Amino acid sequence: MGYSRYDLESPYSQFCYVCSGVGCEQKKSEDLYRNIKNEVRNRGIGASVQVVRTGCFGLCEKGPIVKMLPEETVYIDVKPEDAAELVERHLVKSEIVTRLQLKDTARRPHLEVKNDRGHYQKQVRIVLRNCGKIDPENIDEYIAREGYGALDKALFEMTPEQIIEELKLSGLRGRGGAGWPTWLKWNFGRKAAAAAGTAYVVCNADEGDPGAYMDRSTLEGDPHSVLEAMTIAAYTIGATQGYIYIRAEYPLAIKRLETAMKQARDYGLLGENILESGFSFDIEIRLGAGAFVCGEETALIASIEGERGTPKPRPPFPTDSGVWGMPTVINNAETWANIPVVILRGGKWFARIGTENSKGTKVFALTGKVNNTGLVEVPMGTTLREIIYDVGGGMQEGKAFKAVQTGGPSGGVITAGHLDTPIDFDNLAKLGSMMGSGGMIVLAEDDCIVDVTKFYLEFSVEESCGKCAPCRIGTRKMFNILDRFTKGTARPDDLWNLEVIADATKKASLCGLGQSAPNPILSTLQYFRHEYLAHIDDETCPAGVCKDLMKYSIDAEKCIGCTVCARKCPVACIDGKSKELHVIDQERCIKCGACVAACKFDAVLIA
Amino acid sequence: MRSDYVTDAPLASELLDFIESQRDKKGNLIAILHKAQEVYGYVPWDLAEKLSEELQVPLAKIYGVLTFYHYFKLNKPGKSTISVCMGTACYLQGAPELIDELSRILGIGVGETSADGEFSIESVRCVGCCGLAPVVTVDEDTFGKLSAGQLAEILGRYRAAHAEAEERMVAAGAGSAGATAEVNHG
Ligand SMILES: Cc1cc2nc3c(=O)[nH]c(=O)nc-3n(C[C@H](O)[C@H](O)[C@H](O)COP(=O)(O)O)c2cc1C
Ligand code: SF4
Ligand code: SF4
Ligand code: SF4
Ligand code: FES
Ligand code: FES
Repeated sequence: MGYSRYDLESPYSQFCYVCSGVGCEQKKSEDLYRNIKNEVRNRGIGASVQVVRTGCFGLCEKGPIVKMLPEETVYIDVKPEDAAELVERHLVKSEIVTRLQLKDTARRPHLEVKNDRGHYQKQVRIVLRNCGKIDPENIDEYIAREGYGALDKALFEMTPEQIIEELKLSGLRGRGGAGWPTWLKWNFGRKAAAAAGTAYVVCNADEGDPGAYMDRSTLEGDPHSVLEAMTIAAYTIGATQGYIYIRAEYPLAIKRLETAMKQARDYGLLGENILESGFSFDIEIRLGAGAFVCGEETALIASIEGERGTPKPRPPFPTDSGVWGMPTVINNAETWANIPVVILRGGKWFARIGTENSKGTKVFALTGKVNNTGLVEVPMGTTLREIIYDVGGGMQEGKAFKAVQTGGPSGGVITAGHLDTPIDFDNLAKLGSMMGSGGMIVLAEDDCIVDVTKFYLEFSVEESCGKCAPCRIGTRKMFNILDRFTKGTARPDDLWNLEVIADATKKASLCGLGQSAPNPILSTLQYFRHEYLAHIDDETCPAGVCKDLMKYSIDAEKCIGCTVCARKCPVACIDGKSKELHVIDQERCIKCGACVAACKFDAVLIA
Repeated sequence: MRSDYVTDAPLASELLDFIESQRDKKGNLIAILHKAQEVYGYVPWDLAEKLSEELQVPLAKIYGVLTFYHYFKLNKPGKSTISVCMGTACYLQGAPELIDELSRILGIGVGETSADGEFSIESVRCVGCCGLAPVVTVDEDTFGKLSAGQLAEILGRYRAAHAEAEERMVAAGAGSAGATAEVNHG
């Protein structure tokens, strides 16, 4: 976005951002923040230096993080006791505290895309525009960055029709997984609301994908953006009540939302007669309680109503009959965070970013065997290669790339041959995966495809609500078969069984959970059938992950009989006299690998 | 501090106040159960019975909701709760081995509490710092890049802290498990 905070007219000339995301807070960043504030006050420089708490920088493993502006210096691993030195040297004497400085330039807060010359491009950051840049507990900072400008514009300069038209121009599609055009959903909601006389808007912040946390970061780092967007939607469709359905496991995000709602009410931006426009709208928080299926919209509605969160057949769609049977527009948290930008900059501006049918950016949670893990916001159409090698800094320890998993338990894998495919909703679906909520897990040669697939199926078994048999039984059966593969007890016809059950579960399940639970299997069978076969035919795990298929033995040539392994073995299954060859009792070996680590002579072999 | 749940004692005033504030909100059941768990640390069977009476909601419905959602605990948790992250990144970096080792040390599985009441083990999904995988949280503390070998020592620290806290309680002569509990929102 066009400006940065410190070129705004501001009484401050220096800014000190202290991360208060979950990772850093666990490492005493709150004490650090207090100490820095005190040091600044004691030195009498409080009038020119602003100390701000921010959301996660995406550098959690190096936290607590402090970032200084305008120099853009990033300090890592800063302890509360470092506050005095940091303030004295950086803020007073204008020198860099090299001891704490982040030197690795490849590792910047919120991973950014490099251009050809290796420089960091000015990134189009829309969803995360304020994360790590404002104090999420201070509404003034949000307002200073054009916050609530979109609401003002919507209420006083735009009709609901114009808002929907702008959304249509923008091409924004839902970020919760399915990629449903947002304008269409609002339009349905608006028409139904006109007939029903009332309606609800809901923010889906259930974020169930076990490898994703962008919604949580957005809500922790920029809660007002979601409140503002929901208020705009309420005005557009004619709702007076909103709900934010958020996981109880996200206490910090909940706290920030509560604070933000209170401040917005105090400022007349939420509640009765918003900005004296005559329009009233308020929001309530509803806590999820650890059920993945509640991310599915009909289950989410049941949960908001205080019931067991079991899905219902659609239609009716929530836009016709949602919370308390009334028209309800449900959007994902990241979708919401896009809305104020669309309204302020215009649909046309937004539509310039991205690909033909997928506009704007997408936030991914990049993890797995890459050097730089963290949240990445890239324009739609960026290739996987750019994300993994430019943003992610390449593979860890020079490991060979195997695949990328996207879409979590509903998605699939993408192989090396497709690394140059521009990522958008349609291309991912074509490759047999899906966008999902944005988990992106990079797998290397030492990750076992069957084991990873089993992980997702285990997840689906646990999370299946049990309402319909194909999903309840199918996921269990598929898990059992995969389990046999990893234990070396798979039967020759198991591959065939797996495909038949996957197909049946996909076709016959009631909701998206069961319908997509087989995807990880179908996708990996398409690209990595040979790895499955190796588990049956050769009884080996090519990645060396499935322990039951591994055999530990001691090389007679190399063993000098030092007895170290025998002493380290937790089940005492290594036999041998001092200075003589040692032997592992295969029956009792639990394949823990302790002997491999213990032997200084590389004498323990794994096959 | 949490209140201890005592079968014969009246419901904590904090919980009753909350129920009052929610009385005429539609769909308030889950919120009330969250509050109950916040106050007592878990929602035992006979607390569900009391709530059923208090709220005039059938017990079957309360139990249906309690058992549907993983977040609600029906059994008393240990003094410290060990949560092993079983998100994708942590799984790939060896979280299952951490669970195995914890089970071995404590003699319990996921979702159970050790016989001495010291620890319970939970598995959670991505706690949002995958860069630190595998991640384990004990109560409010996070431990990243853990290996199974480090767990025994960590548990030892918490055991010591529990014992110390107990001693302090005894020294202060206060068995004051009062009816009011502090709200701890994270
Ligand atoms: C099993 C299942 C889990 C889901 N989990 C989520 C979730 O955690 N967050 C989310 O926003 N959408 C989730 N969805 C998608 C929602 O049903 C819904 O499509 C979405 O919230 C709509 O918002 P959008 O149009 O902004 O994407 C899930 C769907 C299914 C079938
Ligand atoms: S598909 Fe699975 S999660 Fe969905 S309703 Fe059926 S049993 Fe429940
Ligand atoms: S792998 Fe573990 S159990 Fe097996 S021999 Fe080595 S140390 Fe003993
Ligand atoms: S540690 Fe290595 S060298 Fe020593 S006894 Fe064991 S296998 Fe032989
Ligand atoms: S929490 Fe501070 S960098 Fe992630
Ligand atoms: S998977 Fe464990 S922190 Fe993300």
